[in-house]
Amino acid sequence: MSAPTATTTPAPSAEHGTGVPGGRRKYPLPRAMFVTIQSIFLVVIGLIVLVPLVVIFVGTFQDGGEIMRSGLRLDVDISSFRFDNYVMIFTDSGLYFRWFANSVGLTLVQVAGTLLVSSFVAYGFAMYDFKGKTAAFISVLLLMTVPFEIMMLPLYVMVNDLGLADSYSVIVIPFLAASVTIFFFRQYFMGIPKELLEAGRVDGVTEFGIFFRVVLPISRPALAAMAILNGMVTWNNFLWPLLVLRSAEKFTLPIGLNTLLTPYGNNYDLLIIGSFFSLLPVLVLFLCFQRFFVAGMTAGALKG
Amino acid sequence: MAQLQERPASPGTPLGHRLKGLLYSQRLAPYFFIAPFVITLLAFWAVPLVRTFVMSTQSVMFGEAAFVGTDNFERLWHDRIFWQAMYNSARYMVLTLVILIPVPLLLAVVINARLGSDRLKNLFKASMFIPALTSVVVAGIIFRLMFAETSTGLVNQVIAWFGADPVRWLRTDLGGLVALLALATWRYTGVNILYFLSGLQSIPDELYEAASIDGAGKLRQFFSITLPNIKPTMVYVTTISIYGGLAMFLESFMLYAGNSSPNNQGLTVVGYLYRRGIEENDLGYASAVGVVLLVVIMAINLTYLTLTGTFKKESR
Repeated sequence: MSAPTATTTPAPSAEHGTGVPGGRRKYPLPRAMFVTIQSIFLVVIGLIVLVPLVVIFVGTFQDGGEIMRSGLRLDVDISSFRFDNYVMIFTDSGLYFRWFANSVGLTLVQVAGTLLVSSFVAYGFAMYDFKGKTAAFISVLLLMTVPFEIMMLPLYVMVNDLGLADSYSVIVIPFLAASVTIFFFRQYFMGIPKELLEAGRVDGVTEFGIFFRVVLPISRPALAAMAILNGMVTWNNFLWPLLVLRSAEKFTLPIGLNTLLTPYGNNYDLLIIGSFFSLLPVLVLFLCFQRFFVAGMTAGALKG
Repeated sequence: MAQLQERPASPGTPLGHRLKGLLYSQRLAPYFFIAPFVITLLAFWAVPLVRTFVMSTQSVMFGEAAFVGTDNFERLWHDRIFWQAMYNSARYMVLTLVILIPVPLLLAVVINARLGSDRLKNLFKASMFIPALTSVVVAGIIFRLMFAETSTGLVNQVIAWFGADPVRWLRTDLGGLVALLALATWRYTGVNILYFLSGLQSIPDELYEAASIDGAGKLRQFFSITLPNIKPTMVYVTTISIYGGLAMFLESFMLYAGNSSPNNQGLTVVGYLYRRGIEENDLGYASAVGVVLLVVIMAINLTYLTLTGTFKKESR
């Protein structure tokens, strides 16, 4: 995905692009004009999209009470910038970094677990024929379109009945065999030549050994893509943890931030700078691993 | 891959032998592989789903459940607030489809054109994708404060350039809807662009070349080649948008800083389920809301997927 558009053949330097000989595509506008309009279009839209992030960054230098009264904006007098918020988040932010650490830990555990379990399941679907396979696979597809919000209530009742509320296990375990991730791995595994498995079998490796020692190691691109996708989802997960978690020390970052969003606004300083800081790790990871992010997001849309 | 030449199947004790047979059995292995999914399916999906259906016929108050037949559904039928939530969710779903399919498709086609700087296109894709990384919680906080009702809020400042008076965005039905749609457009346009782009890039160039030899114009090529060839992508994006639109809750929850909004203008079906089930602890009634939502979503999606032939292709 690194070099998406096919530009290896340099376009002939014809000024008017109405049908370059050789059957290339026709362009309704002269090339130069098309490129200019396209560039302006992309730059303008790209900048507009970044406005909310710039706005919250600027907001980190403002007084929270003031933001609550007058909203976020861009025309802030730079001379009025203050760094109190930065001092506060590192000195007096209560449980903020605890929530941060909880989110990091939970995300790591969830991602590792989901990758392992979901790829394991997907391998079964991709490599074997067995009785009931069609029915089982159709349930994978159906689960992809059943909103979790509908199971949320009874699951919540179950969790309470079993005395499992306020624990991370009920956040992690139900989503280890994730239908979207299973679907993706299945598609990926189906592209692996069966001869490789046969070679393993001839060498006397067990069926599970083939999966763990042959297939998983060569599936790094798929694992990376799914790690990114699941990582994003878990890092930003809100509704289910909101229901399950009770004690403030166990909150994840989004849940913690939500508790700061009060109608009285006394925590707006922390809310703004805390929101901004919660974006940073994801943004940094994104800038480092951009192409994997893109692969991960489009993974679900594989040609059906 | 040096690990491969290990263990030449040596005979062990009878028991060990049988165990080993299990490990090597190609007939049994698949069941072990899919077992975690089957267990998850039963424990975390099937049981809750059945329970939702059972609870929807009960009155569950203070932990006591009593069967009340179809009472909950009859109440729902006459419940104006439920219909309003349904209307809000359906309206949001339709409008997000109207915005979030054509706009990203157009942008993807522009990026996919052979002309223009790749560098710029990649930067553009990156900046469009960043909103998707932002959690709904944070995005909701930012948008809530940008759509502040004072004349100093960002959006009011912008519309003031065009001579408009400040709008009390989140206090009016239309204003709230605009804010919600702005948030949705901001968060999902980039993701949908990526989906469409991956669809567009899987179309072989020869198709366009042949069409252009036959004298087909750009527009004609778009409708006769591009659209039919990205059908799988279109099906996928539409399906998740229908689902996501009807099940929307968090966007509104964050924008209004809670589950209540003036005149319930931001209340969605899931928001109503949450209000009845969690906030008011009326689990039976909330389950009935969930059942209706499930039926609606499944009916739409199953119809859509069957019409587009997606199931046939997958169960092969």
